Amino acid sequence: MPQQHTSSPDQGERFDWWAARPAGPARAVPKSRRTTRQPAQTAPPAQPARPVAPPPGQPVTVPPAVPAAPVSAVPAPAVPAAPPAPAAQALRTVPVPPAPEAPAAPVDRAEVYRAVQESAAFQEIRRSYRAFVFPAVGAFLGWYLLYVGAQAAAPALMRSPVAGPLNVAWVLGLLQFASTFLLTWLYARNARTRRDRAALELRWNTQDQLR
Amino acid sequence: MSAATALATAGSAVGAAAPPSAASTGEHHGLAVALFAVVVLVTLAITLWAGRRGQAAEDFFAGGRDFSPLQNGFALSGDYLSAASFLGVAGLIALYGYDGVLYSIGFLVAWLVVLMLVAELVRNAGRYTLADVLALRMRHRQVRAAAGSASIVVTLLYLVAQMVGAGSLVALLLGTDSGQAKTWTIVGVGALMIVYVTVGGMRATTWIQIVKAFLLIAGSVLLTVLVLVRFHGDLAGLMRTAAERSGAGQRYLEPGLKYGTGLTSRLDFFSLGLALVLGTAGLPHILSRFYTVPTARAARRSTMWAIGLVGAFYLMAIVLGLGATALIGSPAVRAANPAGNTAVPLLALNLGGGEGSTLGIILFALISAIAFATILAVVAGLTLASSAAFAHDLYARVWRRADAGGQVTEHQEVLVARMAAVVIGALAIALSLFAQQLNVAFLVGLAFAVAASANLPVLLFSLFWRRFTTRGAIWSVYGGLVPAVLLVIFSPVVSGSRTAVFPGLDFHWFPLENPGLVSIPLGFLAGWLGTLTSRELPDPDRYAELEVRALTGTGAA
Repeated sequence: MPQQHTSSPDQGERFDWWAARPAGPARAVPKSRRTTRQPAQTAPPAQPARPVAPPPGQPVTVPPAVPAAPVSAVPAPAVPAAPPAPAAQALRTVPVPPAPEAPAAPVDRAEVYRAVQESAAFQEIRRSYRAFVFPAVGAFLGWYLLYVGAQAAAPALMRSPVAGPLNVAWVLGLLQFASTFLLTWLYARNARTRRDRAALELRWNTQDQLR
Repeated sequence: MSAATALATAGSAVGAAAPPSAASTGEHHGLAVALFAVVVLVTLAITLWAGRRGQAAEDFFAGGRDFSPLQNGFALSGDYLSAASFLGVAGLIALYGYDGVLYSIGFLVAWLVVLMLVAELVRNAGRYTLADVLALRMRHRQVRAAAGSASIVVTLLYLVAQMVGAGSLVALLLGTDSGQAKTWTIVGVGALMIVYVTVGGMRATTWIQIVKAFLLIAGSVLLTVLVLVRFHGDLAGLMRTAAERSGAGQRYLEPGLKYGTGLTSRLDFFSLGLALVLGTAGLPHILSRFYTVPTARAARRSTMWAIGLVGAFYLMAIVLGLGATALIGSPAVRAANPAGNTAVPLLALNLGGGEGSTLGIILFALISAIAFATILAVVAGLTLASSAAFAHDLYARVWRRADAGGQVTEHQEVLVARMAAVVIGALAIALSLFAQQLNVAFLVGLAFAVAASANLPVLLFSLFWRRFTTRGAIWSVYGGLVPAVLLVIFSPVVSGSRTAVFPGLDFHWFPLENPGLVSIPLGFLAGWLGTLTSRELPDPDRYAELEVRALTGTGAA
């Protein structure tokens, strides 16, 4: 998948909003972010209580890019079946809704983040991330510590020969290399197929709401 | 800093590094000296070129964020594979066989923690440093202060270890044992790293890492192929010959030659293994690398490249270590350097045809120059990370607060970072000169232990624990940092043993050399206790923001 930077020219402005060079106000120091980023911070925040549910499209609750699945009855620009590159561009053009109300109403950032966090799409991203990572980390940490502990706990076993000059200790050591490479590949595959598309979609949606 | 000053400093650095060592070298080290000079000139050229390409904060701290995953993968492995890895691990394998392999595995497995728990989330949620991620959730000054201080402690420990190592290593490679050569090497390496960082910032440092990692991998591949050719691809034969010539026979291929003598030694190795695996994900100079790529995806892919390169390197180190023993023999390796640090250069000499042969001398010089480049690159990365922690975290966000009227512009922040690099570099030189007579090999293990006890718990709690509070964060950093440092002070590496820093004194009561086994759980425990006992309730809004941003990349820098 290409980097988001190389999008079509008409995406440029939208992109620049968040990737603005340090001079831009979006790059304000984190501490002062809340006050500097919104131009109208004097106005009472969050009058439009639910900026998260813009009328058409309902971008946030769209299920995370199930390929070619019936995305819902909404006349959404459902192109998820397309190959990644065009899909990413199309997704960015999806959230038009906030445009009409954005200039008028200041956005309560905390409200947006809370709503996104509670959305089904985000919950699914988090679930697929944690469901892979937590067991995997437990497994390889346990496997490594067992391997290190075994040197002291079972020296006789570690010394027993397996094939040629290799003994159990060497085989386990080489298996550590193999398992590290294998887990790296599995993790990348999981992230690529389960998370990436949905996370990118949610990113553009959230940023549009924050605008 | 102007280019003219830079050149002047650089000139003096070259002068400092080359002549004293050149004066005291034997014949076949002349080429090595020449190649060292080439390394210095090439890295300085990179620095000047990169320094002109941008002076903004984003250029200085994050290299403009436009490196590709492949480039950053090389830079990550360049930052990670120090001279201690290049020469030390192969030397350990040459001397202790299997136990050297056992030691190296922790360094590789650690990258899975980085890949799965840290790389993408840190890239999405932070801007330049580790403390940025924490500050997204807890905008309390003390959290920044704690995380920034811990980062500086970690990098300084690592830096002193690297520079003291550099002194003896360069002297060793140049075939001299004079204290003056070591002293001038430390000063020269320190001056060079200050120039790299102040003039070139992250962009220069990254390119230096890339070049160095490429040389390191290329040199390892070359030697590995030569060893395999010598043994006709017969790995079993290589292992058998190595065992024969190690002087230990079959025990060379079994655990226990180095780490198996008694319960304390085994516990100590377990402690070290734990610190290695968990510490990598808390090393500030590794974390700041993830900000040099544009997206979290790129951060993931650069970590995958790094895992491939680091893994391949350690696999080759096994062949090199076994080859050194098989071709030279452990007694000869030990005679050249008791820690085995010259095993790889000696192997290169032997593979090229032995003492006196042209090819042998060329290979020896080449490998020595790669080791020298490795030293320079790693210390530059460390200096940059600690100056970023100082300027971006401590100075701009703790001492000069916006609400106190002391708003710091990005330009000032970079200026302070440059000055901090000079001060930290000078401090590291001074500490290293003081420490060069001491046995400081334990400092690397200690740096990993502090990173694992002070940085990792607070990072993981912040990212994954909804209830984590400000007090928990502060307790977690200090609860890992203070015990780790205290335990080392009262351990046998500082007093009470023959190889201690103060061999004449004995005030040790902690039996292990590496504090990780105790201090890492303490870091997690302190974070947990601090959270449970704090009156303040966690702010769900900030956790929502951190979580959404970390996992989706919303608003990422």
